[in-house]
Amino acid sequence: MLNFSKINVLIIYLLFIFIAIFSLLNLQKEENKFFEKKINLGLDLQGGSYLLLEINSDSLVEEKIQSKVIPIKKLLKDNGINYENFKINKKNLSLNLDNIDKFDLLFNSRKDNLVNPYIDNYRSYELEYKKISSNQIEIFFSKFGLLTINNSALKQSIEIVRRRIDDVGTKEPTILQRGEKRILVELPGLKDPERIKSLLGKTAQLNFRLVTDNNEFGSDELISENGEKLKVSKRIIMSGENLIDAQPNINNQNNEPTVSFKLDRLGSQKFGRATTDNVGKRLAIVLDGEIVSAPNINEPITSGNGMISGNFTFQDATDLSLLLRSGALPTPLIVVEERTVGPDLGEDSIKSGITSLIVGFILVILFMLYKYKIFGLIANTALIANLMMLTGVLTILEATLTLPGIAGIILTVGMAVDANVLIFERIREELKTEKSVIHAFDSGYSRAKITVLDANITTLIAAVILFAFGSGPVKGFAITLGIGIVTTLFTAYFLARHLTSLIVLNSKNKEIKI
Amino acid sequence: MTNINFSSKFKYGNIFSLILILLSIIFIFLKGLNYGIDFKGGTLIELRSNNIEASLIRDVLRNMNLGDINVKKFGQEGDYLIKVEQTGDNNKLIPKIKKSLSDNLNSEVNFRRVENVGPKVSAELLQSGIIAISLSLAAMLFYIWIRFEWQFSIGSIIALFHDVIITLGIFSILSLEINLSIIAAVLTIVGYSMNDTVVIYDRIRENLGKYHRLGISEIANLSINETLARTIITSLTTLLALVSIFILGGEILKGFSFAMILGVLIGTYSSIFVASPILKTFKVSYKTLEKEEDKIVP
Repeated sequence: MLNFSKINVLIIYLLFIFIAIFSLLNLQKEENKFFEKKINLGLDLQGGSYLLLEINSDSLVEEKIQSKVIPIKKLLKDNGINYENFKINKKNLSLNLDNIDKFDLLFNSRKDNLVNPYIDNYRSYELEYKKISSNQIEIFFSKFGLLTINNSALKQSIEIVRRRIDDVGTKEPTILQRGEKRILVELPGLKDPERIKSLLGKTAQLNFRLVTDNNEFGSDELISENGEKLKVSKRIIMSGENLIDAQPNINNQNNEPTVSFKLDRLGSQKFGRATTDNVGKRLAIVLDGEIVSAPNINEPITSGNGMISGNFTFQDATDLSLLLRSGALPTPLIVVEERTVGPDLGEDSIKSGITSLIVGFILVILFMLYKYKIFGLIANTALIANLMMLTGVLTILEATLTLPGIAGIILTVGMAVDANVLIFERIREELKTEKSVIHAFDSGYSRAKITVLDANITTLIAAVILFAFGSGPVKGFAITLGIGIVTTLFTAYFLARHLTSLIVLNSKNKEIKI
Repeated sequence: MTNINFSSKFKYGNIFSLILILLSIIFIFLKGLNYGIDFKGGTLIELRSNNIEASLIRDVLRNMNLGDINVKKFGQEGDYLIKVEQTGDNNKLIPKIKKSLSDNLNSEVNFRRVENVGPKVSAELLQSGIIAISLSLAAMLFYIWIRFEWQFSIGSIIALFHDVIITLGIFSILSLEINLSIIAAVLTIVGYSMNDTVVIYDRIRENLGKYHRLGISEIANLSINETLARTIITSLTTLLALVSIFILGGEILKGFSFAMILGVLIGTYSSIFVASPILKTFKVSYKTLEKEEDKIVP
């Protein structure tokens, strides 16, 4: 175990230098970078906000099942199937039919099925039905139909969340899908996430609806911005989808902040027609079910440009135009988890983390020197090399260092010497029975090898499981602990062993104490 | 090499361990564990102020009807950790609390940390924590079963249960908070304790092959003594690092490092006084090894 071929020695040291050199990249100045790689600081160290958002597609399912009503009724009529008792429930439709077999055939036909399309990806129809009694059925979304609704809502939500956050202009945001219903948002450096949270908390569904007593389409009673009770028709003249731009403005006449918007061609046409037909009436501008304002239509607006006023502050107008530009979220987003760390706490954490690392490191080094003298020096050299390689690997992986991650490094310092302790203690034992010093060292290393491996693999297993199941900062701990074990094995079994061999082989079998 | 007669003290060790485990289980079930917001849901706010009193913060929050509130000192003078159990609508709750504190405390308030975990997420975090710990125990069991014989596997897993239960028991007795980082600590303890046990087991296996005439008690005794120096030195260096985190690493790492310190002490104890006596219970001898001689590496 003490004989190294020249090529082996070369490989060991080259590998060490190659990896360790990456640790130096972290010392580069921000503006003058030689090579773009560094360890990222976690949100708990650099400060920032972590938000976990969840979509709720229930309202969407409700909406979608309602949109099936007309096509289904049409299908039944066109094919001469009589129905009665047609009920629209929250998540399903129920009805009585006189010919379920015929319905089944139409409902589950693959060709040009507009009512119940076949989703190729999932090999399933969008809808399903079940018999409740001999002539009553219930129609609802199939598992994959729901999945399709959910997935497209999630995709769209991510896109809109991204637009809104980009529009606010935070640095390097991370926006990722997490599971089937969630969006993870990381905003480094952000002190106060309240503005972003309130921006993401609004679906921003904008509708233009007439204030009317006519009940043809049904109406809602809404409170206007001035506290008036208004009856607002359910018919949507135009929605936010037709907006192509929105900007905050100051009204020249009364210095009030307003939002001016621009419509696409279709929107201009719709808006033009509606305002022409309804001059003199009031138009309610409804955002997420609340009236923003309900101005009088003084003249037809056909240019496709319009303006919304409504007791805004300039910040309100800015936020509203941002929301309108980014588009409406398909479903409301709920913050299900939030973690925000202020920058000064982050700095304090780095400081205390580094201090405890240095102190722990010095204590261990002194202890090893005291205990093993010259071989303690070897163990300590290995320990320093270990730390350099650990930071090197973290840099290569561009891993994220968290506060628990620093704890993982300190723990590695404490546990890394274990490999060398195991070996040295074994050599001590061997020295008692072996006459030849070289032999004693040799068998010490080879006998301890299995133990060292076994002992470290157990900790590695724990680290891997922690990495798989841990979240955020804890993952950072698993990373440093896991990598620390690998670098420990390398430094103990290659670097330290080589250094030991240099001492032992040069001692020419003289008395060596360990 | 030391020559301490450990096996004569196994009996006392067993009684001691049984008492501790029993106490721990009683406390865990009757008193329960003090789950943090990670696992229970709720809001946590760490703030820095100019030396205001905790009672002032409590009064302000009590006026808001937030349900169970917990305010405690956190680190230096004027730093507080506030926990609010109510898990209402996060979007509105946090700004409301922040505003109320800023307005009503006669001091500049710096919100250093704000965390909010919804009930669904906290339930999931708890579940994945439990899965992680169970899975790591199973993985250890499996690893030792492959590398050693089943008796060793059972012995080491009992030692691990011993360590985890007692660590959690002490957390219950002292009402210390169980959060995500404590799960990380428990998993690391599992790894560390296993590491310690494996070193002794390795030596027991080696000695079983070497000294056919000795009984398992003598073998265990010899092996523990042979590896004792290493056991103590490694525990010491690990403890040096951990104590350094505990004292200097800041408030956030206190619970984590405390759990680890406990775990290292208990883990070291258990590899000597729990894992080794179990081999005796199973009447392990060199014959146990012979059946599977081929697969043993050294």
